[in-house]
Amino acid sequence: MLGLFKRKNFPKYWQDYIDKVSNSEKYSNYENIRFVVLDTETTGFDYENDRMLCIGAVAIQNNKILVTDSFEVYIKQEVFNKETVKIHGIRKNGDEIKISEEEALIQFIEYLDDAVIVAHHTAFDLNMINTALKRINLGPIISKQLDTNYIYKKLSPNNRYNKVFSLDDLCRRFNITMHDRHTASGDALLTAFVFLKLTNQYKKNNALNIQDLVKTNYHLNS
Amino acid sequence: MASMKNTIAERILDFLKNYPPFNLIPKETLLEVAKNVEINYFEKDQIIFSQNDTPHEHLYMVYEGVIRLYRFAEGKKHIVDICDEGDLFGLRPLIMKENYLMGASANEESIVYGIPINLFNDIILNIPKVSQFLIASFATNTRDPFSEKHKGKLFANIKAIKKVENTFIETQSAKYTKNPITCNPKTTIQEAAIRMTTNVINSIVIAVDKIPLGIITDKDIRTKIGTGIFKITDPVELIMVSPVITFPENITVAEAQIARLKHKVSHLCITKDGTNNSELVGILTEHDLNLIQGNNPLLLIKEIKCAKDAETLKYIRSKAAELTKGYIEQEIPIYFVTKVISEINTAITKAAIELSIKEIGKKPPVEYSWLAVGSQGRKEQLLMTDQDNALVFENVEDSEYDGVKAYFLKLATKVTEKLNIVGFEYCPANIMASNPKWCLSKREWKHQFKEWIKDPIPEKILLSIIFYDFELIYGNKELYNQVAKSVLKLIKKNQIFLSFLGKVTLDNPPPLGFFKQFLVEQDGENKDNFDIKSRAIRPLVDAARIFSLYHGLQINNTIARYKKMMEVEPQNKDLFESCSNAFKILLTFRTSQGLANNDSGKFVDINSLSKADRLKLKSCFNPIKNVQEAIKIRFKTTQIG
Repeated sequence: MLGLFKRKNFPKYWQDYIDKVSNSEKYSNYENIRFVVLDTETTGFDYENDRMLCIGAVAIQNNKILVTDSFEVYIKQEVFNKETVKIHGIRKNGDEIKISEEEALIQFIEYLDDAVIVAHHTAFDLNMINTALKRINLGPIISKQLDTNYIYKKLSPNNRYNKVFSLDDLCRRFNITMHDRHTASGDALLTAFVFLKLTNQYKKNNALNIQDLVKTNYHLNS
Repeated sequence: MASMKNTIAERILDFLKNYPPFNLIPKETLLEVAKNVEINYFEKDQIIFSQNDTPHEHLYMVYEGVIRLYRFAEGKKHIVDICDEGDLFGLRPLIMKENYLMGASANEESIVYGIPINLFNDIILNIPKVSQFLIASFATNTRDPFSEKHKGKLFANIKAIKKVENTFIETQSAKYTKNPITCNPKTTIQEAAIRMTTNVINSIVIAVDKIPLGIITDKDIRTKIGTGIFKITDPVELIMVSPVITFPENITVAEAQIARLKHKVSHLCITKDGTNNSELVGILTEHDLNLIQGNNPLLLIKEIKCAKDAETLKYIRSKAAELTKGYIEQEIPIYFVTKVISEINTAITKAAIELSIKEIGKKPPVEYSWLAVGSQGRKEQLLMTDQDNALVFENVEDSEYDGVKAYFLKLATKVTEKLNIVGFEYCPANIMASNPKWCLSKREWKHQFKEWIKDPIPEKILLSIIFYDFELIYGNKELYNQVAKSVLKLIKKNQIFLSFLGKVTLDNPPPLGFFKQFLVEQDGENKDNFDIKSRAIRPLVDAARIFSLYHGLQINNTIARYKKMMEVEPQNKDLFESCSNAFKILLTFRTSQGLANNDSGKFVDINSLSKADRLKLKSCFNPIKNVQEAIKIRFKTTQIG
């Protein structure tokens, strides 16, 4: 942890976040757990040089997607990559209201609260968020993390190690109509549908609790 | 402030605005609705709400998939409507503030929007077009009175719906026919038949000095005379069914029903003291019982047998839950209650298996037995609890094994899904026949038990303990008996196993602390609650099991085990009797707690108990202590590990 200089006084929102996750009593009862299903749009795949342009998220609790508990921010960035604009459609001077990266992170951390994070290829989004946090001397995220790719692998033992499933693969597999693909919120919602369908399958032959779900994610949370 | 982009809500709005009455609502208001939608996912056949449920806080709109609405009336399920994309349902109870008049479940995999009723109420109040639409819908009973396209019913036809009264007649004394017609053993069959015909009765009791010896019914005349086996000049004693099943005068409807289930007879004789050595005072016929309307176990079991899907089974099971409540309130002996409910649960499982086989469209390739383990295996399940089941199939050639196992896994998966719909949660420890580990051939089961019994390390005992309470629910009885017998034989040859089993079961801490305080949970959600299941009921169940295995008894029910032990070990009659009584009290207690709090009844809030109840609970703890002491000595648990 050499690169991470531990400050004695964290900003209040960060300290609150750490306290909430550390002291949460929700994790023992599955129905009480708030899941935040998230996705980010970025200028590219390089953690150091690329930047987040948008974070989209929606919460799930007790098997319901709560639209009222959703999150969407667009971020002002100097880094720009016209190649990826074709994918996510976020232009440098588009008409979305954009805020600074720090402001976006503050809002996101407050929104995240003590929720369990769910994403598709979670490592990528979390690395992006953690690198951004590092730029303001915070992080990393300590929330429990799940990855729909790994939960799916756990449920289909034949394909366990040798294949990576894209969000498109899983949407097709689970018959989910794809709207707003490649917008952060749109992908977060699709991932939320995948997660609901996966957990519905999962609970038939496995105890549906957070400890075991986290174990499916064998290279995160380790 | 410029409003933030909300991609998800915008997409929901795009959907809502295409369908009435949302097409009548201004965009800004509709966006507010969209932002507050809950998105639900339902599997095929999953129930969204059941008839008579209290209304949810949301009305529903189908986004993808198909939802069916159905109603049970006069013992039959009626499909009221089929809703697809854009259709609303579950609205009327919210407006009328009444329980759901029908059930809703997913006809196929579906995604359904839940729209908060408080938002919707505001819209009805503020947007006249919407209330006009709803009034017109109510009046014409169509989904969209403004369009020719939507002819479906938005609301059930109210006139067709009458609320079914639920009364608990089975706890009343049964009304039997007094002073029944009798004849003596030497009466000719012809004379008896003439008497039955003149009196328009379908049975006649054969009695001497009013003591009932036997009975003949229409059926005996048909099967024994009509077939030519006996002559009409023969005396009735040759064809009478003897002895008769007798009960005292105060028999309740419930008891009568259980007796008929148990003895498979259509007539019960009522005598002065309830034995067949005392004076006959009346006769209770199937007809007398059937006259009584309402939920009765026999009727429920008949309904279960006719059920064509899981939601009908759920509906019937909910009636059984009301029955349990009635029984407990009326202080019907818990042994009877467990018996009735177990019969119902067994019938439901049977029906689920039969329906699943039909769905697969292929009969099982070899003989099999469906087993209940744990509390269902012991027939002590009163509340809706988790599923615990397993399957054994006949040994097959190696070349056929994979195919046979695949069939039974498929079957078991379908059965567990159906039981889940009925309300039996999936087993969190995955002890279910759908798990390849617990869906095994006879040879594999014997091997599995051998491994558990010959190498009784604590981890294996804890895992396997519930398998020693396994009961046949459906399928081949011989197969089940073979496995059960081999388990008892194995234990007989490996008595050291009982010492290890005893040691593990004694690890349950005693219910009272040093200061005679209830031991309560130290932390977590149930802090300060008393775990009646683990601390009081389980030790008694465990004790009954170990003594029963020791004596090689093929009995699973805890009360029945103690009863048998009282016979087998008359010197310990008092101990076992006190255990049996304590167990009955605790089980009744747990059940009434569970019914009151609508949970599994596992935890008891000691502070909410009356002093009398606390004393009653504490009185059950001495037998626990005594029987644990007996286990320690008998199975020499202190000499191991």
